[in-house]
Amino acid sequence: MQMHSLSFDVSHTLAGGLVLISFMMLYQDRLYSLLNVFALHALVLALSVAWQAFIQDAPHLYVTAAIALVFKAIVIPVALHRIVKQLGIHRDIESAVGIGPTMLAGMGLVALSMVLMLRVTAEADPLAREDLAFALSVVLLGLLVMVTRRNAVSQVVGFMSLENGLVLAATGAKGMPLVVEISVAFSILIAFIVIGIFLFRIRERFDSVDVSALDDYRGEHR
Amino acid sequence: MSSVLAVSAVTLQMSCVAALLGIAILAIVLSRSHRASAVIYGATSVVCLIAMLGSLYWLIGGNTNASGVTLPIGLPWLGAHFRLDALASFFLVVVDLGGAAASLYGLGYGRHDPAPHRVLPFFPAFLAGMNLVVMADDAFSYLLCWEFMSLASWALVMAHHREPGNARAGYVYLVMASFGTLALLLAFGLLAGPTGDYGFAAIRAAQHTPYVATLALILMLLGAGSKAGLVPLHVWLPLAHPAAPSHVSALMSGVMTKVAIYGFIRVVFDLLGQPTWSASVIVLFLGGLTAVMGILYAMMEKDLKRLLAYSTIENVGIIFVSLGLALAFQANGLKLAAALAFTAALFHVLNHSFFKSLLFFGAGAVLTSTGERDMDKLGGLIHRMPFTSFAFLVGCVAISALPPFNGFVSEWLIFQAVLQSPELPQWALKIMVPAVGALLALAAALAAACFVKAFGVTFLGRPRGAAAETAGEVDRYSLSAMFILAAFCLLAGILPGPVIDALSPISIAILDGRMPIQANEAWLSIAPIAESRSSYNGLLVLVFITVSASLANFFIHRFASHALRRGPAWGCGFSDSTPAAQYSAESFAQPIRRVFGTLVFHARDHVEMPAPGDTRPARLRIELHDPIWEGIYAPTAGAIGFAANRFNNLQFLTIRRYLSLVFATLVTLLLVLAIWS
Repeated sequence: MQMHSLSFDVSHTLAGGLVLISFMMLYQDRLYSLLNVFALHALVLALSVAWQAFIQDAPHLYVTAAIALVFKAIVIPVALHRIVKQLGIHRDIESAVGIGPTMLAGMGLVALSMVLMLRVTAEADPLAREDLAFALSVVLLGLLVMVTRRNAVSQVVGFMSLENGLVLAATGAKGMPLVVEISVAFSILIAFIVIGIFLFRIRERFDSVDVSALDDYRGEHR
Repeated sequence: MSSVLAVSAVTLQMSCVAALLGIAILAIVLSRSHRASAVIYGATSVVCLIAMLGSLYWLIGGNTNASGVTLPIGLPWLGAHFRLDALASFFLVVVDLGGAAASLYGLGYGRHDPAPHRVLPFFPAFLAGMNLVVMADDAFSYLLCWEFMSLASWALVMAHHREPGNARAGYVYLVMASFGTLALLLAFGLLAGPTGDYGFAAIRAAQHTPYVATLALILMLLGAGSKAGLVPLHVWLPLAHPAAPSHVSALMSGVMTKVAIYGFIRVVFDLLGQPTWSASVIVLFLGGLTAVMGILYAMMEKDLKRLLAYSTIENVGIIFVSLGLALAFQANGLKLAAALAFTAALFHVLNHSFFKSLLFFGAGAVLTSTGERDMDKLGGLIHRMPFTSFAFLVGCVAISALPPFNGFVSEWLIFQAVLQSPELPQWALKIMVPAVGALLALAAALAAACFVKAFGVTFLGRPRGAAAETAGEVDRYSLSAMFILAAFCLLAGILPGPVIDALSPISIAILDGRMPIQANEAWLSIAPIAESRSSYNGLLVLVFITVSASLANFFIHRFASHALRRGPAWGCGFSDSTPAAQYSAESFAQPIRRVFGTLVFHARDHVEMPAPGDTRPARLRIELHDPIWEGIYAPTAGAIGFAANRFNNLQFLTIRRYLSLVFATLVTLLLVLAIWS
């Protein structure tokens, strides 16, 4: 019982930390710092998944944790750093909505997901309930990052933090097959590659990765 | 033995369908050859004849056990089910007889077609589609074949797409056909229920709640009704039917509307089980409305083919009234009366396919020979096209429900069913049925006036234009098709007893009741309920008409004049009247336009008098408004256009706005879940 309580507290802390880091992402208006926070996000996710592997006694989750650590905490942030440097956009201030309203909206979203998840999963294991509530918060905050940013790079970051939320939800529920996680991880990697190439294409053509340049090109800016 | 026969019957029908599809492919290959028309129409008529005889033999042979075949096509775990039962075999007779006649007519008519490669491949495909719809035994194949039929007929409507108005006709047809199929899709979805078994056998076996049954009936009325031309879903019909080549118009009007009626009968009478009486009120009301509105529209029309198309709407209304009566009687367990109304409906289906095809053939012959569809430019064709005008006259007499032709018999049977209404227990029906009967009587009288106009203005009097003056008789194939159908009109009129007996297996299978056996009546009479109540003898009427007319003719010529004399007609003081001074289609319709049109169509006659001293002629202008188009369709189209313009902005959002839209939708749904759960 003591052990259970400790494991519950640790996983709760890690998942809550993930939500907190999502808020930090909302707060950043420089790309480098946003990427750093994203790396931290992925690191905490890896820790959380590893802890789940430990308490659920599911060794395959260590693989998931390793994938999260290697790709999301190291490879992708480093690669995005290089992209930002090559594009020379590290000075851009690029949030479309002010920080204050964004933070308020984020709090509203967390409250919504708590209320919803705790009510919908009233029958489930308390660990899984909390976990799912936090995971939904992370997903919604990731979407909020995507919506409130102008820059394509930060939209990519928002998308990947959203995916982190999905992985958190998947590992919190017992018995998620490894195959699914690997496929999700690889699909994210492929999406990252595609988006990276796409970014350079946009850049070559428009001298900017501000997506509103695309709208101007379509002649449909209203 | 009988099951072996039945299996071979359904196999025969399916082989005929396969042959028709083969002919369609052959037509694509051959279409540029100058003999293609003869080859294709010849082959189609032979195949249709075989299919017609096969199903007729099956129907008359008294085979009561249906037989099916499952083809390994369509969805992999479902297959396509086809089945031949009494109802299907009757409609196969209607379809294939119409198809054979139209192909025979096409042998002659098709030679004048300016673009045969646009007609030839679709004509056999259209027939194959109609055959398949009638035999389909699961909802999936039914809808698939229905759409195939619709698309093939749409292609035929668009055959002469460069002529003015045809593109619009095709567009309206396409919209209405999609709407109808949507309604059918919903109806079948509702009937299949949560288990999702779309086979007709499973739907038939399932118990449907009255709510579901009524909803399915309304959806069938929308779906099948839009194809059959039920008011207010008829708007495409007078545009599309005349736009097609005439033998295709005949098929669409005479046969395809019947396939739609088949769909209604199959679902409402066969699959839904015991009806509720309140459902019949809707059918009766819409049927009566359709009959009167259809013929009023026809009365106002001066385009010969459009007039015929509107008259199709009237006849569809009559058939639906009869089906509504059958539903009302069946809901109250009056099996004999239900069988009477149902048999009358089927009889009228058969009759209408005969005389409407015949009339469209006649209109096509006039069109070939004069190039005109406007009746106000025709006239006097009886002297230049005597055979066509005779056949057309037979069709006009039959469709006006005059004895001894077939139209009289079926409408008489329907009125006999109306007269059974006092036996109904519900007061709503007791009042409604006679009212609908009065509407039918009005429609029948207006139909007679309408076809007096159609025949009189087109064929009698003096030619109103050069085209009518130089017209000549059409080819022998067209004439023979018309005369065969005219002979059928007469035969079904003087020998209704065998037809009613042949229809009895259907009413036994569907309603579990039948009309009395007519073969037992003396002298080929028919007695719908009992001989003491009422009876009719077509043969006797024919003999009486023939004898009295011959005697009158003899006495007039014997005692009044010895020879035919031609003298100058009295010209009311105008010695050199022009042909334009004759009754025109519009002037003939004027009394009826004054009586009904003022109310229904807001018809107004405007006389534009020139000022004194002005040498301009005075003009009479007639103003007509289509209440259904202007009251329902134009506002609907306007609302859709307005909404589309508003939503058009959604096409031009930024990527971030699209993301925000998705995000907002997600949050809203989550909020709904949080509040409501």
